[in-house]
Amino acid sequence: MAETASDDGFVVFDRVQKSYDGETLVVKDLNLSVAKGEFLTMLGPSGSGKTTCLMMLAGFETATHGDIRLGGQPINNIPPHKRGIGMVFQNYALFPHMTIAENLAFPLEVRKIGKSDREAKIKRALDMVEMGDFGGRRPAQLSGGQQQRIALARALVFEPELVLMDEPLGALDKQLREKMQFEITHLAHNLGITTVYVTHDQTEALTMSDNVAVFDDGRIQQLAPPDLLYEKPENSFVAQFIGENNTLEGVVTEISGDTCVVRLDDGEELDATPINVSNVGDRTTVSIRPERVEYNKERLQKGAHTLKAEVLEFIYMGDIFRTRLRVAGNDEFIIKTRNAPDVERLKPGQQIEIGWLPQDCRALDA
Amino acid sequence: MSDMTDTGGPVLAADGTPLKRSLARALRRQKLRALMLIAPLLLFILISFILPVADMLYRSVQNGIVSETLPRTVVALADWDADSGDLPEEAVYAAMAADLKDAAAAKTHTKVGTRLNYENPGISSVFRKTGRKAKKFDIENDGPWKEALIDLNKGWGDPDLWRTIQTYSPPVTAGYFLNAVDMRVGPDGPEARPESEQIYMNLLGRTLWMSLTITVCCILLAYPVAWILANLPMRQANMLMILVLLPFWTSLLVRTSAWKILLQQQGVINDILVWIGLVDDSARLVIINNQFGTIVAMTHILLPFMILPMYSVMQTIPPTYLRAAKSLGATDWTAFWRVYFPQTIPGIGAGSILVFILAIGYYITPALVGGTKGTFISNQIAFHISSSLNWGLASALGAILLAVVLVLYWAYDKIVGIDNVKLG
Repeated sequence: MAETASDDGFVVFDRVQKSYDGETLVVKDLNLSVAKGEFLTMLGPSGSGKTTCLMMLAGFETATHGDIRLGGQPINNIPPHKRGIGMVFQNYALFPHMTIAENLAFPLEVRKIGKSDREAKIKRALDMVEMGDFGGRRPAQLSGGQQQRIALARALVFEPELVLMDEPLGALDKQLREKMQFEITHLAHNLGITTVYVTHDQTEALTMSDNVAVFDDGRIQQLAPPDLLYEKPENSFVAQFIGENNTLEGVVTEISGDTCVVRLDDGEELDATPINVSNVGDRTTVSIRPERVEYNKERLQKGAHTLKAEVLEFIYMGDIFRTRLRVAGNDEFIIKTRNAPDVERLKPGQQIEIGWLPQDCRALDA
Repeated sequence: MSDMTDTGGPVLAADGTPLKRSLARALRRQKLRALMLIAPLLLFILISFILPVADMLYRSVQNGIVSETLPRTVVALADWDADSGDLPEEAVYAAMAADLKDAAAAKTHTKVGTRLNYENPGISSVFRKTGRKAKKFDIENDGPWKEALIDLNKGWGDPDLWRTIQTYSPPVTAGYFLNAVDMRVGPDGPEARPESEQIYMNLLGRTLWMSLTITVCCILLAYPVAWILANLPMRQANMLMILVLLPFWTSLLVRTSAWKILLQQQGVINDILVWIGLVDDSARLVIINNQFGTIVAMTHILLPFMILPMYSVMQTIPPTYLRAAKSLGATDWTAFWRVYFPQTIPGIGAGSILVFILAIGYYITPALVGGTKGTFISNQIAFHISSSLNWGLASALGAILLAVVLVLYWAYDKIVGIDNVKLG
């Protein structure tokens, strides 16, 4: 997590705070820097302040304190229409009384771009989202996915350097959403535009972004590329919020360099990687990803720590098996195993031993 | 869809009957039940709305009274050539005497006199005066009637009277309508009345013009109010809404009288203007009993009918449209004018139709604050219904008003499209 935002970023939030009522802060001391051409996702539960941040960047909300800079210029006092930021709204906000072509012409007309130039740009933008034949239609005549494409084309048609997207795929069904995730990412990278994307869907965040900022309680909990975010969460909120996660509670009994020993509440001891525990005696939450847990002894790597477990439930999910275990008093311990011919299918009531590598087991804040 | 109907003959149901008939049978029960539910309202509308309107339309052309009261005269007059300038023959006078005797006995002679008086002022008194003596007529012996009637009242010696009777003898007449558009049947067919007698077209024009002014005033005043209502938080919007609706809970007469107090020459507004020195005490403004007074009072009274449809349309426009427009580079004004305003047109249209149609037929307020210059055609209709008792003319005026409204409605549909109107 960047403590102070560097000045070289294209979009910079510098100690930004936001309060609506003067009593509580919705955004607390936000520092964030987005490089040119980067695809940054703001991820977080509702009410975590991510949309507020986006709206401050777009100019629809004013920061109570702090600076927002775009390309080195402070933009706090620049009205939204002069910021030149493309924006895709949650419900697309396509103007219903205009045709698709008129919708796309709107940002060009207000910029006083000539007719022939305008038509060329509109055609290019429509072709870009594969909607070339739809210029004469009205938004109401399009499906949700098509409207989404048009909203995207409209945000890009005036060639902004920064595009903001506020949960743009929220209203689409799963299949279409996955397709659009792919297309948006490609488009953003091909055009080289900087994108700030807001979502509460972690899969979306992981598959699309260069960097993900996880928001909670008005703060960025972790800012990292998707793989680091998933594999090396820096606190228990991020570990819980991103992907599925098993937790075991205990006390740190020993710390030496990059390993520590945690005594679980039922007396078992296990090795873990200390992340944000610093003192012996601290309470900690140990986090292990379900797919990093192994119960086939032959596959357990050397040095892997083992624990006793009882199988409570076995769920066949096609490509994977999902098994619920009781481990150290925790009834919700999940493991995931790839469906392969040599994998044993566990039965409820079966007693097994499970294990993992100490580096996959992270001791986080309690 | 169209491909399916193009493939030839009607689509058949499983048992071979045409699908359409099959469907109609299946839906008949539902339709019947739906009809039963709306039957009371349908009946009510039929009795209280459609039948009176039909009756009004019939009355505006109905003219049976002449041929019913003077049957023999109408037959005898049929051959008379009004353009010759001569008086009718003795047979006509004899027929008139016989008709008058019967009519006087039945006391209907004054009615036909009144009816003919609408077309040719003066006839009423001829019929009334002659009628007093008609009961004692001895048809067989008192002849010849030509001299006898002219002796009784020299009005019978005027060919114009006979022409009027002949012209208005058919049971259906366009006379009321001609009258309503300031025309009359002259020797050479319909002709315009002399300028001094023209009232109704002027009045209709004034009614339309003032209704339009009132509608425009309402749009200008209601738009910002509706916008505020639609954009305030729910609680405050509801409070304001009560203020908008408050006038509905006050009697129309009270509201109109309040305007009298405010606007009259010794009234509140004039007093204040004099007090602050804007207006000299000797030159107090005349702002009531004229068109200004009517427009002010009616704009106030009809304003809620404009605010409500506008509000309900504006409420459905999400604020993201304005934000989207601004993010695309539009200034506040462009965003409003190009994006927000076009979406509120259905509300403006609905409100305008409502206010205009209400205004064009308004009666109480213009009667109270309009004086002579600020009255509407409805005031003239009311006059003919209750004072002059010329219901035929009142009906014709009403029918013209109805036609004007329908034509405007049709024009609105052509220009804006009636499916663009949203009342909520």
